[in-house]
Amino acid sequence: MSHRSRSSVAAKRRRHAFVFAALGDATRLSLVAKLCRGQPRSISQLTQGSKLTRQAITKHLRVLESVGIVHSVRKGRESRFEFDPEPIGGIKEYADFVSEQWDQALSRLKSFVED
Amino acid sequence: MNSVIEKRIELKAPVSRVWRALTDYREFGEWFRVKLDGPFAPGQVSRGRITYPGYEHVKWEAVVQKMEHERLFSFTWPHPKSLDKVDTALDYSGEPSTLVEFRLEKTAGGTLLVLTESGFDKLPGDRRLEAFRRNDGGWTEQMKNVENYLANYVSENHVAQKP
Repeated sequence: MSHRSRSSVAAKRRRHAFVFAALGDATRLSLVAKLCRGQPRSISQLTQGSKLTRQAITKHLRVLESVGIVHSVRKGRESRFEFDPEPIGGIKEYADFVSEQWDQALSRLKSFVED
Repeated sequence: MNSVIEKRIELKAPVSRVWRALTDYREFGEWFRVKLDGPFAPGQVSRGRITYPGYEHVKWEAVVQKMEHERLFSFTWPHPKSLDKVDTALDYSGEPSTLVEFRLEKTAGGTLLVLTESGFDKLPGDRRLEAFRRNDGGWTEQMKNVENYLANYVSENHVAQKP
């Protein structure tokens, strides 16, 4: 492995460490659970059914926002929060994973048709 | 942003042979490692089960797009949410998919096969979490814990919610 890719791996790990630190809290994990499959939600929607106050929920959302796993989007007078998987599993990482699977499948195809 | 996978591979076999390996569902299943229920047909859903050791519980589902004789074979497929769980209840219809295209070209030595897969930007976040988990060994366990937690949380929360 080259020095360059090693340091980019290290940088990625560091970034992941921050993301996991942000996720290392039951309230924040439950907020991610609410956001990770579905529509952007407002603070009021996220506060519903929780014992926590609006202010406390907002604080937790800001922590998630600071590591990029949650983004706020303005809709009218209201902010809505949405999940962004990019910091942990970006499109490129996913494509790389699938690409590796294709390499294996195509080499099986090669032996299949050349035999 | 739209990441596209492109692979070019030279095969020492005639175009007709490669075409058959791609489009005959039994032959496709041999090298791809999937047991398909029936033949491919444009516009039709193709279903089956992965035969790759350790992944036999994973469903395979695709919609065949084009079959242009000995030139182009393409299908769209949604990516499974998780390769660890038995997901029999999963209904793939209406799920965002990627497009897989196999293009064949005759060469002096046989066949040039160009494979592309595009549309990754449309896939939902949970598909990508799965890949992340698989790619980055160091975080595998931790990511699994997060996933389990989310799955339990969602199901508990669902039960707990009263109208």
